[in-house]
Amino acid sequence: MRLTRVLLSAFSLAGGRSLPMQAEVAPTALGEKKRAEKRTPEERLSRQRRPFRASRLIELIPACCGLLWFVVAFYPLLYMFMSSLRSQAGFYLDNPWLPPSQPTLENYISVWENGFSLYLLNSLFVLVISVALILLISVPAAYAIARMRSRLTRTIFNLFLLGLAIPLQAVIIPIYAIISSMHIYDTLFALILPYVAFGVPLSVLVLVTFIRDIPAELHEAMRLDGASHLQILWRLVIPLSRPALITVTIYESIQVWNGFLFPLVLTQSPEVRVLPLALWSFQGQYAADVPAIMAAVFLSAVPMLLLYIFGRRQLLTGLLAGFSR
Amino acid sequence: MSMSVTVRVAPIRRRPASWPALLWTAPALCFYALFALFPLLVAVYLSFTNWNGIAQAVWIGPANWLHFFSDPLTLHAIGLTVEMMILTWVLQTPLSLLLGVFMAGQQRYRAVLSVFYFLPLLFSTVAIGITWVSILDPNFGLINVALRALGLSSWARGWLGDPGLAFYVVAIVIAWQFIPFHSLLYMTGARQIPRELYDVAEIDGAGRLRKFFAITLPQLKYTIITSSIFMLTGSLTYFDLIWVMTGGGPGYATRILPLHMYITAFMDEQVGYGSVIALVLAISGIALSLLLLRVTGFLRMSSQLEGL
Repeated sequence: MRLTRVLLSAFSLAGGRSLPMQAEVAPTALGEKKRAEKRTPEERLSRQRRPFRASRLIELIPACCGLLWFVVAFYPLLYMFMSSLRSQAGFYLDNPWLPPSQPTLENYISVWENGFSLYLLNSLFVLVISVALILLISVPAAYAIARMRSRLTRTIFNLFLLGLAIPLQAVIIPIYAIISSMHIYDTLFALILPYVAFGVPLSVLVLVTFIRDIPAELHEAMRLDGASHLQILWRLVIPLSRPALITVTIYESIQVWNGFLFPLVLTQSPEVRVLPLALWSFQGQYAADVPAIMAAVFLSAVPMLLLYIFGRRQLLTGLLAGFSR
Repeated sequence: MSMSVTVRVAPIRRRPASWPALLWTAPALCFYALFALFPLLVAVYLSFTNWNGIAQAVWIGPANWLHFFSDPLTLHAIGLTVEMMILTWVLQTPLSLLLGVFMAGQQRYRAVLSVFYFLPLLFSTVAIGITWVSILDPNFGLINVALRALGLSSWARGWLGDPGLAFYVVAIVIAWQFIPFHSLLYMTGARQIPRELYDVAEIDGAGRLRKFFAITLPQLKYTIITSSIFMLTGSLTYFDLIWVMTGGGPGYATRILPLHMYITAFMDEQVGYGSVIALVLAISGIALSLLLLRVTGFLRMSSQLEGL
């Protein structure tokens, strides 16, 4: 139990403080604006009056370093995208640093026709079922741990926290043995079951910390009105925990979408291939056709890119949820 | 200690029956127990058996465990793992910290750049591995093409095919992949540093560097510890990227423990021995994080904001 306490305190110090609602985390332009509004009038004045000084010039140093890292971080991804638009001949003739001389979408079409849509559907199926199951079982568990306190629920909570310390690699062999003996090896359910099991601990942890912060008075008031636990959960806890639910959904979705080890070990046939595994086998299959591979790689990240464009703050908060471990 | 017993005069309020709580947690517990806790026990059992993954497992006692500590390939893998752990920490920590502080700044241009800095986070490890394999391609890759264009043809080489280089190249790609993640953590930490500290320092005439070393760095102490714990324990789980980029090779040059475990258990079909490696990985991960927490005094929970 000492271990779990350690994990908990690590959480409260590291992630907990910033986890529940990280309004100021995401570096959106919106966030910057809010920040600016928060400044007192004096501050704003002093900002405007500040004359041009040497300190402005000094800003050039971090700016240049920032630009340098921009190239390092972004160019590989730009290269991936540019290559995906080259024809196979163009790939060998073009300068790889420059945009394609004759951009074409043929790689995307050929990748799509080579089973990509099936792999996409497989990935989506596993994602939707796994995340739905994780939420379905974690929410009541978190509610019980946060609101029906007893020695039993505390023990259960500690048990879940223990799970945060178990790396996938440590249990992949037994999971393979269990899945085989259940006769679901090489099916999509072979992936869903372990994903759910490994999604539960973090989801419960995030949800418990959040539900605990819901004022007890609200809970008591509903209790006095004769509401059952189920009604409280449905009408009070779930609506109020929306930020935590979104965080958990995003974090677990990323885990499932990008997961590689479980599909690698637990599936085999092309019919049940999910995207990361498909990319890997594309790489072996079309080793000479780099543009096609790059098109597949880029396509596989499109859902994440969309999420980033439309919900950057939620996505980054979701990513940080992993740090609460 | 016996005092506390006699003090308990008032009857403790009876707790509500706990069986509904059990009911509410049961589904989560079932999944978790079956696919996370139970497998851990099975791994312990398997580590004492000889099993090829198909036939009946045969109990052979501690032979696998004894073999673990004398197998030269395993010792090599342990060495590589430790080396990888240190190398990736050294590569990632300073850069992530500086980037995080950079992104926490108020300037508009920094916010714009940050949007691009996080992009690598959107791609799966497999996608990143495949992209880098292509970038590092000896003939058509970005790196060698650039070197040749700059007249440095003699520097161009097969980056992943050279046993002396592959390990370092992989470490750099790992750092590239995870730096955005850790800089996000540092950015959050840096934004939580109270502005007053900087205002006071400015009154005292402190310059930028001075403020960084006297305020930012000490204030980020806990972030550094958290991030380091994740980097170090995380390096015990690097699998996807190395598997895609080198498969553990060339030769055994990048075969760190997680790959050694996978290859041993699923390709060489020595499942029992693979289980030993898996358990050693799990135990060292937990032990490492506890050790780091203890050594850094993280648990004393002293306030960072004392004196404010």
